[in-house]
Amino acid sequence: MPTKTYIQAIAEATIEEMERDQTVFTMGEDLRQSVYGATAGLVDRFGEDRVLDTPLSENGFFGAALGASLCGMRPIVETVTSFLWVGMDQLVSQGSKMRYMFGGQAELPVTFRVRMFYARGAAAHHSDRNYPVFMNTPGIKIICPSNAYDAKGLMKTAVRDNDVCLLFEDGIAISSRTEVPDNDELPDGELLVPFGVARTVQTGSDVTIVGIAGGVQHAIDAAKVLAAEGISVEVIDPRTLVPLDKESILKSVAKTGRLVIVDPAHKMCSAASEIAAIVAQEGFWDLQAPVQVVASEQINVPYSPALEPLIYPTPEKVIAAVRVVLD
Amino acid sequence: MALDKQQLEEMYRRMCRIRYFEEAVIEIHSSGELIGPAHPYIGEEAVAVGACAALRDSDRIAGNHRSHGHPIAKGGDVNRAMAEILGKSGGYCKGKGGSMHLADFSIGILGESGIVASSVPIATGAALAAKLSKQDFVSLVFFGDGASNQGACHESMNMAALWDLPVIFMCENNGYAITTSYKNSVSVDHVSDRASAYGMPGVLVDGQDAIAVHEATSEAVRRARAGEGPTLIEAMTYRYEDHSLGLDRIRKSEYRSQEEVDEAMKRDPLPIHREAMITHGFATEAECDAIEAEVHTEIDGAVEFARNSPFPEPGDLFDDMWATPV
Ligand SMILES: Cc1ncc(C[n+]2csc(CCOP(=O)(O)OP(=O)(O)O)c2C)c(N)n1
Ligand SMILES: [Mg+2]
Repeated sequence: MPTKTYIQAIAEATIEEMERDQTVFTMGEDLRQSVYGATAGLVDRFGEDRVLDTPLSENGFFGAALGASLCGMRPIVETVTSFLWVGMDQLVSQGSKMRYMFGGQAELPVTFRVRMFYARGAAAHHSDRNYPVFMNTPGIKIICPSNAYDAKGLMKTAVRDNDVCLLFEDGIAISSRTEVPDNDELPDGELLVPFGVARTVQTGSDVTIVGIAGGVQHAIDAAKVLAAEGISVEVIDPRTLVPLDKESILKSVAKTGRLVIVDPAHKMCSAASEIAAIVAQEGFWDLQAPVQVVASEQINVPYSPALEPLIYPTPEKVIAAVRVVLD
Repeated sequence: MALDKQQLEEMYRRMCRIRYFEEAVIEIHSSGELIGPAHPYIGEEAVAVGACAALRDSDRIAGNHRSHGHPIAKGGDVNRAMAEILGKSGGYCKGKGGSMHLADFSIGILGESGIVASSVPIATGAALAAKLSKQDFVSLVFFGDGASNQGACHESMNMAALWDLPVIFMCENNGYAITTSYKNSVSVDHVSDRASAYGMPGVLVDGQDAIAVHEATSEAVRRARAGEGPTLIEAMTYRYEDHSLGLDRIRKSEYRSQEEVDEAMKRDPLPIHREAMITHGFATEAECDAIEAEVHTEIDGAVEFARNSPFPEPGDLFDDMWATPV
């Protein structure tokens, strides 16, 4: 099976969906020159109308994408986590609310592809991992692929979904490779990954580690080290946070009795907080130790390479947390 | 005149519909039946009606918090609108939207919006869809003088002009954003002066004259359908009532003089339209009286419909969240 990078997977999904459905188009800043790497060659293939370079107006073009989606189009919007703040009004006041507020009349099939840069010296204004903010915003689906396979399959599902989807592209995983089958290798001729279905990355019996986005790789790395000591780790990747496959997490915890959650977001009100709360409420009697959260420190992202790495989860922090739950 | 008898009468009917609807809302509000805020459109009827008279059902509109006149002008159903305002299940949004969020997608009403100016990008996007899918509908967005200062407005006008989108930016300049006069908040004499900054026509029109608004909008619609791009229209109008029902701290005359209010009310859009029809021989006094009487009956019926409509059930709470179920 061929290996592909995460970004190639996103590019493939975009091309396939644009070919399949004429109402799909892409918009964002500097798409035609593929500044963020996923839109190279699109304009030659699909023309300028379907590959729109927008003015630098996030609030304006997020809203325009939503408005176009109300009238039968399926926009794919490219942006960056930190620029979501600029377009927050359209995303939240309109995108997340229109359907419910209008009694179910609106369909908003917009996919926002949101690049999540962090841990690369980009400082506080370009290092946001803000998906938990949108978990607290009813009406938005949240997709956090950790690898190329899921990135492609989830992206294609997002484009076909009739609700606002935010697909967070993990900046650390973005050039990582995984096996992604070509379409002719697949029984259905295409790769679709459903929302709300977690992936068990590896099975184990002593402890469950739930990883979110780039946190999955830390979990895998930690599990390798622990395996050498005879500790058997189960790694779960929820893949989508809204909807969240809590059953798979609860089932795993019922088996292992121990839970560590690895989340690149800041720890207060993070995705990890929510998962810990669910397990405390619904899986309490299965737990043999308090849940441990390995998330980013509750501090803004510092620039200096001497400081920045201190704030994020690392495999070492994950290993330490596993030792706590096994203690 | 481009308008015939039937059209002029229909415009009058819709202006009366808005006026009497709002009077009913005010009455219901004072009785305590209406809990949320509601922003009366009285005095501004000619803008919505003149504009919507230039549109087809398939054309899209979006609006703002002063939100009952726009859908009624577009042909919305007063029963469902009134029921929505009372939070009833028979309302346009099954009671989930209320006064500021009336919508009827089946006749192109993409919804009213409580965040000032937030519909402007939405309408711009609707026009983008028309262009990309090569359909010939246009979109028109109503927004206030206050909204004209929001970034969302400026961003949208730039995009619309840049891409020649079929959208009409209809600024309802009623002189105030709550208490802040437009002279104290808009840097140029007129909002429409800003159009040149985006490279689109800016048109200043008498917003108390539905026929004049219709004419200006028709030209903008013609341009839009011909692929010539957007137009910014500024309709000068006046809000007769308080900014919002229930905002009793801000009475209509504390930030504007009573003389100013009295002077503005001399140019009431309903009699202006009625007299124009009679003077030009399109309708008789008796025909106008008949329209008024019919609409009064219709609005009484809407209030009754709304009162009789049941409230939503607790079990309806979680409906209407997702289009693709999770
Ligand atoms: C973003 C935002 N800021 C403030 C408000 C509070 N607010 C509601 S209506 C209004 C004034 C709007 O003025 P204008 O756009 O001229 O419309 P008008 O009420 O005069 O019809 C304000 C400030 C709001 N709803 N949204
Ligand atoms: Mg105003």
